[in-house]
Amino acid sequence: MVDSVAGSVGNMERRASAGDRSARAKFAIVLLAVLLGVTVLLSLASGASDASALAVVRDGLFPSMSDGSALSERDRIIVYDIRLPRVVLGVLIGSALAVSGAVMQGLFRNPLADPGLVGVSAGAGLGAIVVIVLGGTVLGPLLAILGIYTLPLAAFAGALATTLVLYRVATRRGQTSIATMLLAGIALGAMAGAFSGIMVYLADDRQLRDLTFWGLGSLAGATWTKIAAAGPIIALALIASPFLARGLNALALGEAAAHHLGIPVQWFKNVAIVSVAAATGASVAVSGGIGFVGIVVPHLLRLIIGPDNRYLLPASALLGASMLLLADAISRTIVAPAELPLGIITAAGGGPFFLWILLRKRGLLDL
Amino acid sequence: MSIFSRSMRVTAIGIALAFGSLAVAQSEEGKSVFPDASRIAAVGGSITEIVYALGEEGKLVARDSTSTYPESALKLPDVGYMRALSPEGVLSVNPSGILALAGSGPKEAIDVLKKASVTYIEVPETYDHQGILDKVRIVGHTLGADDKAATLAKSIDADLKAAEDLTANVAERKRVLFILSMEGGKILAAGDHTAANGIIKLAGGVNAMEGVNGYKQLTDEAALTAKPDMILMMDSAGALATADADVFSNPALATTPAGKAKKLIRMDGSYLLGFGPRTASAVRDLAAALYGDQIKG
Repeated sequence: MVDSVAGSVGNMERRASAGDRSARAKFAIVLLAVLLGVTVLLSLASGASDASALAVVRDGLFPSMSDGSALSERDRIIVYDIRLPRVVLGVLIGSALAVSGAVMQGLFRNPLADPGLVGVSAGAGLGAIVVIVLGGTVLGPLLAILGIYTLPLAAFAGALATTLVLYRVATRRGQTSIATMLLAGIALGAMAGAFSGIMVYLADDRQLRDLTFWGLGSLAGATWTKIAAAGPIIALALIASPFLARGLNALALGEAAAHHLGIPVQWFKNVAIVSVAAATGASVAVSGGIGFVGIVVPHLLRLIIGPDNRYLLPASALLGASMLLLADAISRTIVAPAELPLGIITAAGGGPFFLWILLRKRGLLDL
Repeated sequence: MSIFSRSMRVTAIGIALAFGSLAVAQSEEGKSVFPDASRIAAVGGSITEIVYALGEEGKLVARDSTSTYPESALKLPDVGYMRALSPEGVLSVNPSGILALAGSGPKEAIDVLKKASVTYIEVPETYDHQGILDKVRIVGHTLGADDKAATLAKSIDADLKAAEDLTANVAERKRVLFILSMEGGKILAAGDHTAANGIIKLAGGVNAMEGVNGYKQLTDEAALTAKPDMILMMDSAGALATADADVFSNPALATTPAGKAKKLIRMDGSYLLGFGPRTASAVRDLAAALYGDQIKG
């Protein structure tokens, strides 16, 4: 917690004296929005095949301008049914992961809080695995009622339960202990892993294959159906996040201070926990475990624009989306026509960055 | 941060290689012949092998990563692992049709490929003598090479019969335990309805894990009661390989007949479990390893 409090207090001092960083932050957000626009176009234009997104869009919008080189139906399908849903899903999941990381770090007042690191993703994964394995039998009726929403909702439930337990265990009298949180996260992750193991044992061959590839973490297999299933849940959490900013800033000063600043602390914490769980759960349900986005993006941004959540949250959403799209573009093209799982790329890039953070801020993370 | 450990990811390919699916013949939209067989992507090791054995390899434009035999197939572009196909990757080789082994996927990728009006034909797989012949005939039929397929099927039939006959008169059947992986000391063994079970039976052995469905993790006690005379594993290269010493030092396996006699056979995965043109030869190799001098040939 030292980190954010120090940062926040520092921020206030600076605001009073040397001027604040909000101008810089606003500028950064504009830049990040442009960056996202560029990465979206880049992602639409790149892939294993030479289908030209530009030509498809041009012919769609201005049929008269078509240069006659008759776009094949195949190119259209590649752009609209393969690349576009993948880009949309990438934007949703990248921003969801980065924002839930940022919110969780604010909520726990702890730079190490990340849904992937403290077992929340594992909890979401357990929820999803239960549905994949038992969906055809015990949970059949549930599946019939909830339809395509079953998987994301189950993952959400798993994530929510894990986050609540984690918060209860790690927070005492409004203070979150870094050590307790990490250790509790390990215990929760292990428990979720154990239950997942039981489910894996019960799975038949086909389900086992589903589980294995789902666990790799990937945007492959993005379809409009999946976006319809997870999109609303993620969108809700993203829409809620700007309203959390003021509360998170106040919380950085401690719960008592936040209370005196007029924040309904308990209610606020509940909203924050539910939105983190919703964003993480829905993301894990459609794309498996994609690590490090939630920790790398907010940290990188704090270094540049400071810890003010009013700017940090939207900036995280933008940068998270861009980073995931870039990573996915690499995964789609580096071994084309085959594909490298996305989780491998984010971990390969995120792991070293995480170590660098640890080296840079070593003193702050002493347990 | 997936709940799956990295080691599990690495084993995924190996595991999935060994899992064929209990094929449900999926002649979707009733298609069984490619309207245009000039540019075919072959998905599944045994499918590619059969296409080459038929002499129809000129029609291939791509293969999947499990298609590693014959060696000349490696020159074709690799569109990825058969159960994790990337739709755009497959479309980028501009195939006129996809000839895939049952269980290829994922479903989302196949749906998009079908939508892109690429003819997709799935070839069912069963792990027995007849299954191989059917596979050959179906592959031949899809490519408009029925006559060649009939000839090939006939020779494979005779070859397989001869290989099976080798062990026909063996009095005492050996019990064989197929171990898929021993990651972290956990033994993953093959039960019924697996490719390994099929090949063990063809070679005149008894699957030590009879009565268990699919690939299951073996408890120490189950390993003891399975009483294998012989352990069968896939060749695996590099760091993934479990050394022979590690197999025999496993406390559960050490006390089995196979462990005491240090009987372990390793064979190439696609050769042993592919159920294609090379299966008769694999059966012969396995039978020879099991029964040695007891069989002729």
